[in-house]
Amino acid sequence: MLAFVLRRLVQSLLVMFFVALLAFSMFRFLGDPIAQMVGQDTSLQERERLRVELGLNDPVPVQFARYVAGVLKGEFGISYRIGRPVDELIAERLPATLELSFVAALFALLAGIPMGVYTGLYPDRWLSKVLLSLSLMGIALPTFLIGILLILIFGVNLGLLPTFGRGEVVHIGFWSTGFLTISGLKSLIMPAITLGMFQLALIMRLVRSEMLEVLRTDFIKFARARGLSNRAVYFGHALKNTLVPVITITGLQIGSIIAFAIITESVFQWPGMGLLFIQAIQFVDIPVMSTYLILIAFFFVVINLTVDLLYYAVDPRLRVHGGAGGK
Amino acid sequence: MNGMENNVAAPVADTAPALLEVRSLRVEFPTRRGTLVAVDDVSFSLRAGEILGVVGESGAGKSMTGTAIIGLLEPPGRIAGGEILLEGRRIDNLDYERMRRIRGKEIGAIFQDPLTSLNPLYTVGRQLVETIRTHLTMTEAQARRHALDMLKEVGIPAAEERIDHYPHQFSGGMRQRVVIALALCAGPKLVIADEPTTALDVSIQAQIITLLKRLCRDHGTAVMLVTHDMGVIAEAADRVAVMYAGRLVEIGPAQAVIRDAHHPYTRGLMGSIPTIGRDVERLEQIDGSMPRLDAIPPGCAFNPRCRQRFGRCEREKPSLIGQGDRAVACWLHEQGEGAS
Ligand SMILES: Nc1ncnc2c1ncn2[C@@H]1O[C@H](COP(=O)(O)OP(=O)(O)OP(=O)(O)O)[C@@H](O)[C@H]1O
Ligand SMILES: [Mg+2]
Repeated sequence: MLAFVLRRLVQSLLVMFFVALLAFSMFRFLGDPIAQMVGQDTSLQERERLRVELGLNDPVPVQFARYVAGVLKGEFGISYRIGRPVDELIAERLPATLELSFVAALFALLAGIPMGVYTGLYPDRWLSKVLLSLSLMGIALPTFLIGILLILIFGVNLGLLPTFGRGEVVHIGFWSTGFLTISGLKSLIMPAITLGMFQLALIMRLVRSEMLEVLRTDFIKFARARGLSNRAVYFGHALKNTLVPVITITGLQIGSIIAFAIITESVFQWPGMGLLFIQAIQFVDIPVMSTYLILIAFFFVVINLTVDLLYYAVDPRLRVHGGAGGK
Repeated sequence: MNGMENNVAAPVADTAPALLEVRSLRVEFPTRRGTLVAVDDVSFSLRAGEILGVVGESGAGKSMTGTAIIGLLEPPGRIAGGEILLEGRRIDNLDYERMRRIRGKEIGAIFQDPLTSLNPLYTVGRQLVETIRTHLTMTEAQARRHALDMLKEVGIPAAEERIDHYPHQFSGGMRQRVVIALALCAGPKLVIADEPTTALDVSIQAQIITLLKRLCRDHGTAVMLVTHDMGVIAEAADRVAVMYAGRLVEIGPAQAVIRDAHHPYTRGLMGSIPTIGRDVERLEQIDGSMPRLDAIPPGCAFNPRCRQRFGRCEREKPSLIGQGDRAVACWLHEQGEGAS
């Protein structure tokens, strides 16, 4: 168990190392950092002075080491566009993205799993067929389209929900939350649905097909032959056996949710990291872009690690103590 | 004519009421290309404590018959005719919930593959306790004690420790013992064992059959033992039923049928009886193979493969005709003796 965790940790560190290398290369070689920082009329000597000051003339490995050291201290450089430290910018934007992603994932899970179980247990009912067709739409429709449709219906036509922004936020220490105000919560609804729709459809279809599969297994037939109630068979035996793939996919999807929040955030002008990233791209704001890259990779790595550990909690076959007396 | 065979056959007096009675059972599968009849007009009965072996080629309908009895046919398969009675009560027309209470409590089941019969995510103890508490009013602690007793009874060594192990920590033979414990833990009067040893190592098969036989004798449990292995029949069964293409072609005391099969198909089956566990090519004396369900010939289903067929076999379907404690569905045996 410990060995496994350590191995995974080392792998994760390796992944992060390469991502940092990529981010650094972007930083260093994509465009000229100096050109982004100074005006047209800055003299060549002035530019050269800046270059030395920023250490851009040092050997590349030294620059990389300096970069990594900075990242570890939480120093990601200064935004070309805004002229403020990137870590400050991120810290301001992170709560918005994380809250949105959290609510979207929760929505996808809480709606997706029951819908998947229902359509798996009763494949022939009309509601199952409706849900399945809808889920196809959820997968096929592009996110921005869902967002725009929602805005059109609930924002513009019905005027029920705000169409952009986070509403009022409450600051608790460094964190700014939209959970504590009515307007904050109302503002969350449409972006969260937009962002979670694809995952909802995916989880529902996954649970459904896993459920259908598990219901055909011998141990379910045997559980019925033992006279267990339907509830015990479906929820005690079948559902639990669908959990391993569901955990995997959900875990990976949470990473994607955070990453793909970019689109939803642009549609709803949600003041999160995604929006920051989009604006950074338009200005070739390399420090912000590379920081975003590192952060997203970091989320993916942490989530993957968590998923692997969850397997252990769910599936006894993976736990180490071997079969005494087994063959 | 067969007084000698009776003492081998029925440990319970003939006058005892049948524990299980299957009358003219018919199981159908509606398909796009017409209705398939997987079990066709099958009738037999089982007395309390008796072991009935059921043999026949793959696809003969043995499993379907067993599945129909425990009410777990999977749609579109359905019971299209006949009756199933347990201690005189009809059980083939019960709703799901009432039949569920009979499963496990009054009719236990053991399936072929012990490796896949247990839920991998729960300890064997949990699965036993869950089954026990579904059917018997016991506290968690009582149920656990009972589960432990069952594990000991089926011969799991160090049961106190093993009760908290997961299925993957047991070998195949040990897992099948756990499955047997699960089938017997609520004290059913009848167990349907569908090829309980086929998936096991040859060396373990005999042990499992011996265990099953001993347990059922101790508890007075009757067994419907589906098997391909004639050796198992010779070793364990009181009576044997032979199925062919969904029909029952012969039934009688095991020793008598083995020694003197009446149906030509049974004779072919008995052609070589391996000693228990040894796998000898079955049916080596019968040419051809059993017809598919959508191509069962008119008349006797066996007639294309039968060396003794005559005109009538191709036209008329023979039904089971009793002769004392034996019965056979074959026109060869119609005249003379079969006067019932
Ligand atoms: N879903 C289904 N649709 C159509 N026919 C089916 C279906 N399930 C089973 N059958 C048919 O029912 C017949 C009886 O099958 P059954 O499983 O009872 O055979 P069996 O005697 O137990 O054979 P085996 O020794 O291989 O276990 C087979 O011919 C099979 O093809
Ligand atoms: Mg079978």
